[in-house]
Amino acid sequence: MTIKKRNIFNAFFQGLCHGMAFLVIAVLIAILVKIVMSGAGVINLQFLIKEPTEGMTKGGIFPAIFGTICITMMMIILAIPVGVSTAIYITEYAGKGLLGRIIRASINNLAGVPSIVFGLFGVGFFILFVGRGIDKIAGFELLFGQPAMIWAASTLALLVLPVIIVSTEEAMNSVPVSLREAAFGLGATRWQVIRNVVLPQARSGILTGAILGISRGVGETAPILFTGCAYFLPRLPVFTIPYVNIPIINPLDQFMGLSYHIFIMATQSTNTAETRPIQYGTTLVLIALTFLLNLSAIVFRIYFRKRSR
Amino acid sequence: MNYTSKTSKISTSIISSNNSTRDSLKRFGDKRISDLLVESRNINVHKQRVREFIIEKLVFIGGLTAIVFIALIFIFLFKEGVRAFFLIKPMEFIGTHILDFDDNRVFACMWQPVGEPGKFSIVPLLIGSFLVALPATVISTILGVGCGIYLAEIASIRMREIIKPAIELLAGIPTVVIGFLCLTLLATFIQNVFHTTFRLNAFVGAIGVSLVIIPVVASITDDALRAVPSELREASYGLGATKWETIWKVVVPAGISGITASIILGMGRALGETMIVIMATGNAALVTGNIFSSVRTMTATIAAELGAVPHGSSQYYALFLIGSVLFLITFVLNLIAEIIINRMRKKLKL
Repeated sequence: MTIKKRNIFNAFFQGLCHGMAFLVIAVLIAILVKIVMSGAGVINLQFLIKEPTEGMTKGGIFPAIFGTICITMMMIILAIPVGVSTAIYITEYAGKGLLGRIIRASINNLAGVPSIVFGLFGVGFFILFVGRGIDKIAGFELLFGQPAMIWAASTLALLVLPVIIVSTEEAMNSVPVSLREAAFGLGATRWQVIRNVVLPQARSGILTGAILGISRGVGETAPILFTGCAYFLPRLPVFTIPYVNIPIINPLDQFMGLSYHIFIMATQSTNTAETRPIQYGTTLVLIALTFLLNLSAIVFRIYFRKRSR
Repeated sequence: MNYTSKTSKISTSIISSNNSTRDSLKRFGDKRISDLLVESRNINVHKQRVREFIIEKLVFIGGLTAIVFIALIFIFLFKEGVRAFFLIKPMEFIGTHILDFDDNRVFACMWQPVGEPGKFSIVPLLIGSFLVALPATVISTILGVGCGIYLAEIASIRMREIIKPAIELLAGIPTVVIGFLCLTLLATFIQNVFHTTFRLNAFVGAIGVSLVIIPVVASITDDALRAVPSELREASYGLGATKWETIWKVVVPAGISGITASIILGMGRALGETMIVIMATGNAALVTGNIFSSVRTMTATIAAELGAVPHGSSQYYALFLIGSVLFLITFVLNLIAEIIINRMRKKLKL
């Protein structure tokens, strides 16, 4: 090949890679612009704080927003302790032993399990085995053994567990060994080292992991399809404690979720074409929620990386 | 500095524990000082050991939870899936003999679980899944590897700092949103361009799914290429190679195992994707090789039917069997990818 030909090749293929990267970015921007353009017209205060009316063809999406927030909070409360302690065990106690390797391998596999399989597991294990089991033992008339918020939250918690574990583990591994050794040299025990040296340093990584986990959990639909999401609920999943009149979130109730709302409105509602604006509005709310979470995770990461340097 | 204050906290706590022994010395003056010191230290050490032990066990239990749940997913899926074999003949999962319009007995692969008798062939579902996943893998391989090469080798540091988070943001879009856009916009567009008979078909689903796995392929390719030592590049430049020649003939071959792993992982994701395919592929269980035909994937079948199926019916167990098959396929793909990545790590001594 002549030099000229080689130079043309060089420029062409570099340009091609350039083009591909920009194509992907262009698609991302196109998606966002379309959703914002079509969704912004619907969104106003009424849309955000009213419940759906007239067979879900009018009204707002407040129950869906409320349900999504409740389920995500419950999920993260369930997932953080297990995830962080797993990460602590892997990095600080297990070392490179067989058990540590097994745990690592199973977490990698957990991350690769399709989300619908989590849904199946949620139905088979949480609802039919655990829920019905509790009912049978306690003698309830089908109280736990049906789709409910608690089961959906547990299923989602399993789904986001790998995200939290991996980012916590990374953060803890990035704490220099010399710090640990210094603390050990001062006579600190292993737990004191973890609590007073490693965890404070890894705090930002854990937080990032939690945020990423939440943003993943907010958008997931398949695992909650059968574990607790409802098409339409006339009431919020709130339970008022008798006598004292304090409303609390009822984890045994079903709920409406944003992602499920989009799915059901776009495919199975009474008039899918006419309610397009509502669908776009709901999509915009969901996208805004996940993007804010993702963005904050990215900003956190950059900020803490700069500070740690 | 942050950690010095922490370490000093530890040392003060150790000193304070010594103080407390001195206090106890004053109180029990009739014993010999050295005895007391040893005794109290033993108590302290013992206490600490018990605490350490409890905490270690608690953390251990936390770590074990991950394994326990993986095992439970395995056990539950397969336990329920295997029961399908008690209710349905194994042959029926491939196909059954049915009477066609001329009353001839023909062998057909059909998924009609609600009919009487139900037909439970998983062949159309397998075909549907692969008809979506394979084109999606091809598209995302081309675009994802291109993006990965761009990020690792070509982009300036500033462009990289913009484009990498943007690709991560793409990965953060909920799949139900992509499915929704495929259903409303992309499907119409594809039909207008290719004049397909089905508005919702495997190709629409494949494009949607590829959007989800491009970020996976791109970021793993990026990591793999950046792990290639720079001496290789410099040697190649020194021999007079152009940038592209260096990328294509030196860097990419050196990182090929990582790229392969990313493609396999992407394919696993494509097979497991649910919301996009249920919204965009039309959900007709056909045995077809036509990419523009409606298909029904394994994931969409589970998602569409599990909600309405009576617990304990043969359809219920058949769905769990599909779930088991899906789990096995993705498990094997992930395992292969992990082995490749581990081998690469060893080779590059990371």
